Parts: sequence; C-alpha cells; structure tokens
Amino acid sequence: MNGVRRKLLALLAAGVLNPIAAWAATWNKDAFSAKNAGDALKNLGAASPQPSGDIVIEAPQIAENGAVVPIEITSRIPNTTSIAVLVDKNPYPLVGRFDFKEGALPFLKVNAKMGETSEVRVVASAGGRHYVATKEIKVTIGGCGG
Amino acid sequence: MAGPMKMRATLGNGFTDVRVLMTHPMSTEQQTKGQPHFIQNVTVKVNGKTVIEGEISQAVSRNPVFSFRLAGGAKGDKIEVSWLDNKGDTNKTEAAVA
Amino acid sequence: MRAVALLAAVALAGPAAAQSQFEKYQQMTAEGSPVELFEMEGEALWRKPQGPRNVSLEKCDLGKGPGVLQGAYAALPRYFADADRVMDAETRILHCMVALQGRSLAEASKRLFGNADNPSEMEYLTAYVAGHSRGVRMTPGTEHPKERAAFALGQKLFYHRAGAWDFSCTSCHGQENKRIRMSELPVLDRPEDARPIVATWPAYRVSNSQLKTMQWRINDCYRQMRMPEPNFGSEATIALNLFLTATGQGAAYNGPGTKR
Repeated sequence: MNGVRRKLLALLAAGVLNPIAAWAATWNKDAFSAKNAGDALKNLGAASPQPSGDIVIEAPQIAENGAVVPIEITSRIPNTTSIAVLVDKNPYPLVGRFDFKEGALPFLKVNAKMGETSEVRVVASAGGRHYVATKEIKVTIGGCGG
Repeated sequence: MAGPMKMRATLGNGFTDVRVLMTHPMSTEQQTKGQPHFIQNVTVKVNGKTVIEGEISQAVSRNPVFSFRLAGGAKGDKIEVSWLDNKGDTNKTEAAVA
Repeated sequence: MRAVALLAAVALAGPAAAQSQFEKYQQMTAEGSPVELFEMEGEALWRKPQGPRNVSLEKCDLGKGPGVLQGAYAALPRYFADADRVMDAETRILHCMVALQGRSLAEASKRLFGNADNPSEMEYLTAYVAGHSRGVRMTPGTEHPKERAAFALGQKLFYHRAGAWDFSCTSCHGQENKRIRMSELPVLDRPEDARPIVATWPAYRVSNSQLKTMQWRINDCYRQMRMPEPNFGSEATIALNLFLTATGQGAAYNGPGTKR
C-alpha cells in the first residue's frame, strides 16, 4: 500500500475526509500518464520485475478488433497482492492495477483497448517483490469499416 | 446518470466467480480531444469487507466487463461491486452468491 | 504492409491455426460481453407504459401468444394473420408499439437505429426479446404460402445484381474462403455457414460498441453494395431475413451475440 493511500485512509478513519473525496484521490496519475511501460512500472514501485513463468496470461493470439481485447490473468505466485496490466505500445501503457486483499484470488479478466499489435505485460507483486510475464497479441481489423 | 450495471456471482470449485458488466463510455483523450470520461476505481466487497481495489485507465474497453475470483465463498454471501469515474460519477450493484 | 506480413505469418501457421485463434477471440469476447446490459435495458422498455394508451408491450404477441417471450425470436420470421404478412422480430415489435400502445408509426419508427452513446429503443427491445430464445432451436416459418413467397423473394434478392457496382449479396457471401480484411466471409446460401450466423444476431459489435440487429445488418449491406437504402421492415428486408434464417435453420439460438 503506498504512503499517500495510507495517509488518506487514516484521515478517513478519523472522519476528516468524506469517502468519495478520499477515494477519488487514490488514482496513480503518474503511473497512468507514463508513456512507456518502464516509467509506468517505476511509478507503481515495481521498477525491475523479474521474469516468471508463474503468471498465466490467457488471451487470443489475434484480436479481430483492438477495441476489445479479452485478457485473463492468473498469478500462481504465492501471496500475490497486486496485478498490473500494461500494453506496451498503447499511448499510455498502464491499463490497470488491482490490489487483492484477504478473500480475493489473484485472478483477473479484463477487456483492454489495444491500438496496435503489442506485448501485453503483466506484473504481479508478492511480498514486496515483483514479477513479470508478457504475451504478444496481434491486433487486426475486420470488415468493411462500417 | 449511470447506465445499467449487472453482476453474477457463482460458486466454482473452491472459489466464487464474480462477473460484472458496467455501462460506461470509457472515452479516451484521443476520442474526446482532451476530455476523457472513464472509470478510475473499481471496488469489490464481500459481506461489507473490501477484498479487491482496482485503479483502471481509459485503456479499458467501453462498457467494461470484469471477472474476479474470491477465495472460498458460500451461497448467500453478499457481493458488492462499485465504480467511480474521473467526473465523480459512481454506480454500484449487489448480488448474492448463487 | 504490416497486414501483408501478418497474413503471411498467419498463412505459414496454417489456416486451421489462424481460424482457431479467431475462434478464441470470439469465444473470449462472447464470455466477457456487455450485451446483457442491452437486454436489461430492453426489459425496462418492454414493461414501460407508453403511447396514448399508456400500456406496456407486455401483451405483445410475437408468435407464441400474447406476452409469450420464451422461444419467440427463434421462431421468426413468420407469417402473422393479424397483419396478413410475414414479419421479423423488429417489425413485430414495431407492430405492437402501434397496435397495443397506440403510438403512430411515424413516432415509433422515428429512430430505429441508434448509436453507441444513445442506442435506440428498438435495439434494446430486440436484444431483450432475442435473449428469451437462448438455446432454442431456430424454426422460422416456411410452410404458409406467404412464407414460401417471402423465402422465394429473399432468395431472388440474394442473387440479384444491381446498383452502381453491380453487386449482389453473393459478391461477398457467395464464394468460399473469402474475407474482408481479417473477417471471414460466410457463404450464406449454404446451411452450414448460415447456421452459426443467424443464431448470433442481434449482436453487440465491439468495433463500434453498439447492439446491431438483423434489420440494421441488411440495411447496411445495401449501403455497402451502393444500393438505395431499404425501408425498415420492408418486404425486401423481411424476405432476405427469412431466406437467411430458413437457410440456417435448425441450430440452437446462440445470441444475443458478440461480434467484432
């Protein structure tokens, strides 16, 4: 949990902030504005993840349209607390980051927009360490454009 | 005024499968010439306790559909999924695990 | 150039490999599709009292009796005695808007095709109606003389070349192994190709985030063939819809679908 969020939650608990304002503040603008995956990960505090075969990315190799690319992720790394999904070639690579607390499994299926064929990069965090796996998804276009 | 939201929570093999559909334009900077409108936060609660917190971007598809999995679970558990977008709009939906 | 390189790569992998990856895309998008949201909204509209008579559509007879939704979409298009014509789902819903709710045809048909930001009432309602035929075997009407006539007309239209480009439906849907960019083109006068197609309309189209119906699909095909726009619910569009659905009859309805 990052320091900003911890502070806000403490203020919230003290009844100082209203819930929506506190919630609205916790969106990692720097990570989401990063124009390359490396910077996004740095802003997430996951700068040099090590490759892992225990992150399973289930997705089609070819997407018939980049507007909706279904991506299913399972982390087999014990005690995974967070999963971040990035599309390297998107204008802003970071698609989302999910924190899993007790009671949730490190699993996620999301529909992402992909501007072009690209590596999809998944970073799982567990016990303060970060791990990465990638999968290339080819983006094509179908139909007459109608 | 947020559009319809739908969620289904079903017991799987040792876990609860949660599938949630959200109506939202998720419009990008590019599409709107600098005025994007998209969900930023997604929260999943089980019986009132937050178990998943997500921050998402304009790169999530329009009308987002998410699948999550919860550890264990029992019929009747109350699941709640809520979202908050960059304009302060929110929506939420509840369902009992079936 | 990139597309050519991609096609080459895909071709090397073999047509079967490329096909199965597209199937995977189609399967995963269908499993994670927002189409049910349209059904939900459609339910609200179905139950909403409207028009001068201030009644809902809940007593609409879609062919299985007043108010019976279960399996109705899978049995369309078919002949309706009260209108003395063959109708598809959308024309029947429109009929109920006028006959039950007392709305004028002009008002009810003012905006039948919507857009991503503002879908039409008809799109929501069609999704709702179709959703009640999930898993039901498709059995459009083929026995009544008017159904036979509509089938024959639809068949004729399917092969009829016209317009500035001398196109017919067969220009795209009449030859094997054709595609438009990366979308496979089914040969629609072949039952095995038609079956999975007719079983998945109406559908949520991810490319424009809209729920698209069969009336829209036929209308847009005419546009793409550079032919005059057919009227909504016209004899021609219903005939084509019946021809296609009858050619592809017998499979379990698998919609509302999700398409590229």
